[in-house]
Amino acid sequence: MKTLFRSLCVTAGAVALSAGTLASAYAVDLQFYFPVAVGGKAAETIQALTDEYSAQHKDVNIDAIFAGSYQDTVTKALTAARGGKPPQLSVILAVDMFTLIDEDVIVPFDDAATTDEDKAWLNSFYPAFMKNSQTGGKTYGIPFQRSTPVLYYNKEAFKEAGLDPEKGPATWEEMVEYGKKLVKKDANGNVTRWGVRIPSSGFPYWLFQGLAAANGKVLANADGNVTYFDDPAVVESLEYLVDLNKVHGIMAPGIIEWGATPKAFFEGQTAMMWTSTGNLTNVRTNAPFDFGVAMLPAKLSRGAPTGGGNFFIFKDSSDEQKRAALDFVKWITAPKQSAEWTIATGYVAPRAETWETEKMKAYTADFPPALVARDQLEYAVPELSTYQNQRVTKILNDALSAAITGEKDASTALKEAQAKADAILKEYR
Amino acid sequence: MKFKRTTAQMNWIYAWLLLSPALIMLFAFTHYPAIVTLISSFFSTPRGKRPAKFIGLENYQALLNDEVFWQVIWNNLLYALATIPISVAIALVMALWVNGKLRGLGFLRMAYFTPTVLPLIAVANIWLFFYTPGFGLIDQIRNGLFGLPDQNLLGQSDTVLWAVMAVAIWKEAGFFMIFYLAALQTIPPSLKEAADIEGASRWTFFRRIIFPLLMPTTLFVSVNAVINAFRLVDHIFVMTGGGPDNASTLLLFYIYEQAFKYWQTGYAATLTVVLLALLCVLAIGQFFFLDRKVHYR
Repeated sequence: MKTLFRSLCVTAGAVALSAGTLASAYAVDLQFYFPVAVGGKAAETIQALTDEYSAQHKDVNIDAIFAGSYQDTVTKALTAARGGKPPQLSVILAVDMFTLIDEDVIVPFDDAATTDEDKAWLNSFYPAFMKNSQTGGKTYGIPFQRSTPVLYYNKEAFKEAGLDPEKGPATWEEMVEYGKKLVKKDANGNVTRWGVRIPSSGFPYWLFQGLAAANGKVLANADGNVTYFDDPAVVESLEYLVDLNKVHGIMAPGIIEWGATPKAFFEGQTAMMWTSTGNLTNVRTNAPFDFGVAMLPAKLSRGAPTGGGNFFIFKDSSDEQKRAALDFVKWITAPKQSAEWTIATGYVAPRAETWETEKMKAYTADFPPALVARDQLEYAVPELSTYQNQRVTKILNDALSAAITGEKDASTALKEAQAKADAILKEYR
Repeated sequence: MKFKRTTAQMNWIYAWLLLSPALIMLFAFTHYPAIVTLISSFFSTPRGKRPAKFIGLENYQALLNDEVFWQVIWNNLLYALATIPISVAIALVMALWVNGKLRGLGFLRMAYFTPTVLPLIAVANIWLFFYTPGFGLIDQIRNGLFGLPDQNLLGQSDTVLWAVMAVAIWKEAGFFMIFYLAALQTIPPSLKEAADIEGASRWTFFRRIIFPLLMPTTLFVSVNAVINAFRLVDHIFVMTGGGPDNASTLLLFYIYEQAFKYWQTGYAATLTVVLLALLCVLAIGQFFFLDRKVHYR
């Protein structure tokens, strides 16, 4: 027993010693949390990119930690920050920016990005993505795994229904009209193929913004302290969503699962679906038929939210760490790396330069649907983001679910939601 | 005399030493957190620049005015009232069934026990597939055999809670069956023989002999079932996320959301105190009132 103990001590000492020398071999250590929200090669690609960076920069050691879903990642990062050991860098949902500011755990990129070159770099991202990344004149987030929803449609079903397979529905009215033609029923009168599928489980607010934006309304102000849930245009958007089932019968009733949506599309159970561009590679690989990708249909204009994650630098880091983190973010968002990332996942490359690279040109020439998301950015609105974001979003989600399941009518549900959101946000005005 | 006292002291120290590992664990991981939770429930939630401050009963007031909280309590009570008796009854029936002499008995017992060894997260994913509208198992049967339209049990407020209850019952019944089976095996066969000689019917034998003898097991199982009804929420995360519109949110899930999604830690502490109080009352009630009816051999 004694010898066992002694040998354990020796081993532990040796491990501690080697860890010590290992750590001191680098000038800067960075801990980097990243989430993975879609299937495919996201995690491997991030790992490969950080490894490549470390190989090129011998003085920096980046410890890339897969932290689960977006929700898990923000929970882990905040818990770590509260425990005094935050990561230096993390990818977190862009909309959690106000929460992170409120918790006082992040610093703006402007603090580290002081040279003219750095400032030019900050301005090189698509404005649509920066709307969720800046507040009070400062940039807190750098767009990385950003997406936007698009409409996927089954070209074969379109042909079968006598529709032009090269053209998705351009307006709300057209989507209903197409949907009615696309619905298929069996001998018993049961629907075997729905016209459209707009998933609503968990976070119905995200796609709902695609409707509200097309109807000319964003859901919150830029300061993140006022919401517009009961605006008539927003109510009208929700009524349209509810009526897709209730009046027009082109969408399945009740809450529709996100996870099962691509599968339902592959199985031919719906002819059109709304979902993230993050699914592009998945659909391309698995759809057993020709499919098309279109922008979300327009009401007053086109419109879509953005979504996905930004890089954030945490406050509790040394100046060297902040500079190293900035350097890494600059490197990974540079055209070459960014193109690799976009092609592997389907996320929208956040800078115009990336789309100009040979690699991206070859990719989009071979696969034009990848361009739809980029072109839609012109009409993109910032995603709903407020102080106490998760709570406020949850209030809207509950209201949308209540309307979709028919418990409340659209206007009552949204009025109640607005009152609850006001109660939370008034202390931030 | 002196010698005696030292022995007594030694015994005393020895006893505490033996107790200490368990006690330290209990205090560090159960009692201390419970007390800290109670204290935090009287404080506001600290945010980056604003530390927690004492606010007395404000959190409790907020709780009374929180309509979601009342919905959650109602959901959880309904959940408990449905899952506990049904899973215990099914467990008893299954145990009686596999206690007899049948062909393939081992296989049957194993089949009943399988849900218990599966992690709840895995179970939830399996059931998620069963329930999926359109191509899930239930709809394949409904459409294929009966020509019925698609269901969407998880996507409707009035069915979702029942759908998650079914999962809990399916998962729990096999576990409770094991306890009943063990208890049944200890009942001496002479009782059955005596009853047969007296000409008692099978039902009378069950009602007057087996069931009373199983009461200690029933007490144990029902205490467990009550705790599980408030403790097991993994399937809610996977299957519904508490939706739609909080229709399937249970108390513990709500606490998680408040604490780790919205960072309302003060309010979450208050909810935790409610959960602890509720469990204490239920456990004490069960032990004091049900215990009197239990016949221990």
